[in-house]
Amino acid sequence: MTQAAEASLNSLDARRSSDGGTLTLIMTGRWDSDTTGKWWQRGQQMLTQGKPRRLVIDASGVSYCDGAGVAFLIDLQQLQIRTGGDATIQGLQEEFRRLLDIYGDISINRPPGRRREPLSIIEQVGKAAVELWRDLQALLTFVGELALTLLRAARHPRLVRWKDAWLVAEQSGVDALPIIALIGVLLGLILAFQSAIPMRRFGADIFVADLLGIAMLREMGPLITAIILAGRSGSAFAAELGTMKVREEIDALRTMGLEPVRFLVVPRVIAAVAMTPVLTVFANLFGLMGGAIVMRSLGYPLVTYVNQVLSAVTVGDLMGGLLKSFVYGIVVAAVGCLRGLETKTGASAVGQSTTSAVVSGIVLIAIVDGLFAVVFYALGL
Amino acid sequence: MLPIENRPIIQVQHFTAGYDGSVVIDDISFEIYRGEVFAILGGSGSGKSTLLKHMIGLYQPMTGRIFIGGKDIVTAEGDERTGILKSIGVTYQMGALFGSMTLLENVRLPLEEYTALPSDAMDLIARMKLKLVGLEPFLDYMPSELSGGMQKRAAIARAMALDPHILFLDEPSAGLDPITSAELDRLILDLARNLAITFVIVTHELSSIDTIADRVIMLDKVVKKIVATGRPQELREHATNPWVRQFLNPGVSAETAGKGTGGER
Repeated sequence: MTQAAEASLNSLDARRSSDGGTLTLIMTGRWDSDTTGKWWQRGQQMLTQGKPRRLVIDASGVSYCDGAGVAFLIDLQQLQIRTGGDATIQGLQEEFRRLLDIYGDISINRPPGRRREPLSIIEQVGKAAVELWRDLQALLTFVGELALTLLRAARHPRLVRWKDAWLVAEQSGVDALPIIALIGVLLGLILAFQSAIPMRRFGADIFVADLLGIAMLREMGPLITAIILAGRSGSAFAAELGTMKVREEIDALRTMGLEPVRFLVVPRVIAAVAMTPVLTVFANLFGLMGGAIVMRSLGYPLVTYVNQVLSAVTVGDLMGGLLKSFVYGIVVAAVGCLRGLETKTGASAVGQSTTSAVVSGIVLIAIVDGLFAVVFYALGL
Repeated sequence: MLPIENRPIIQVQHFTAGYDGSVVIDDISFEIYRGEVFAILGGSGSGKSTLLKHMIGLYQPMTGRIFIGGKDIVTAEGDERTGILKSIGVTYQMGALFGSMTLLENVRLPLEEYTALPSDAMDLIARMKLKLVGLEPFLDYMPSELSGGMQKRAAIARAMALDPHILFLDEPSAGLDPITSAELDRLILDLARNLAITFVIVTHELSSIDTIADRVIMLDKVVKKIVATGRPQELREHATNPWVRQFLNPGVSAETAGKGTGGER
């Protein structure tokens, strides 16, 4: 028998006594979680509209009843008692009566839950300030610990887990090359095309090569590399270390006397620091290739474009960009690992750490970029 | 107390399963009766959890059929498969409660997805199930705020939301202290005897098996088959396989438990 056919076999009828004081509800058929729903509110309406002194539920025709059917009986019974009347259930088979006995003492009124008073604005501001302060303290502690461990690693290179570092370098460096290439080419193409249109009106479209060369090497190359690194590797570091924290692997390392910073963070930071400048060089090259496509389409020979770029940029521009990318690499890897190590318990905690790693990474990249701009300006670079 | 009925509710026939081409369980058959508490035992790597996961339809066996209430879960699709899945409840080793939902929301979830009950009805039914496992006062707690034993009980409440006829429990006592474990055993026994729910339990806990299991099967990692079937006490005392006797009498050495040292394996 299909479920639809079974559902049609269940019914609820009301019958009033001649004096109107007794309402008899006659239930027949299957009363389970599939078939009870359609009668739930109808049953309540029959009761509240009729307002009988006495309610009799005739369940002798019930062929099957599970928790949902029993809940329906309890609901009707308690609604009637709440209005001051009395209620009787008749004819329910023994096996279903047993269910009623098991569940019968539940109240249809939901018990009061825990009080969760909302925080006032002042409390919220205070809480946020305390959290920010703790976050800064944790960041400072972590930076200090990382710096010391890196110094120790520089003096004793055998302390570094080079195998892990190579693996991370492959994952965050070599594997990131296709996306760096794609974004680099597109960025160069768009930058060149957007600037070529207005510059052409003044006959200055050859200077698109100057613009592109300086912008890519000094700013855009390191910046897009760092942002891709934050999205790809910073998040991966946070998720990996976060999952290890949830699975108590970090605690296991500590109890084995192995510091997580040396064991897990240092290889990742070294790999990211080594790979970011290399990826930046590729981003620069691919960006300039994108520009070359536009310049060729504007009718300039490739050699003209290359000569123009070479005359516009200096070794200082390239080195300045690489220095930036070096610092971005440290920042992104360190903050990704920090967020991973700060992961709390639960499945959602890893997601929060990953999100926080990417957001913090990008914010820190912007701040560091601003600092570099000021320092370079002050130094006249 | 409701009696165990003499008709099978689960039939496993010529079941073979494994991973990546290697066989873990080789051609086993058994039946589980309605209202029975049935335990699956075996050493680590013997395929207990693998068998359970196939019985609840998570994986496809290499060969064989698994009938749940007369319907083959291996071949069932669409509405038939949904119907089978609604007739069973499953709890996992770690409880597997949804961490972003309160206990009440966890138990309400199957009702919301599978029934057309109004919201107040779903609330009432979910509270009934939580009360049954002694957790009604904690209905607005998050799973992370509860102890391991409470999480396991809440998982049973969620598995019972749609009043299944069969409950599958994967290592219900794992990680629990003896008192909490005994409480959980009592709960399982109450539900089996009073609500006629059939329990299929994968466990290592020998004390639990003695208390709650009507019948057990033992899987063996080496031969990849069932090496013993019967009531726990009978197997403990009369099993012919020395490894089975040693497994069920862990304080006894292999020599004392049997005539040889696992020679029959």
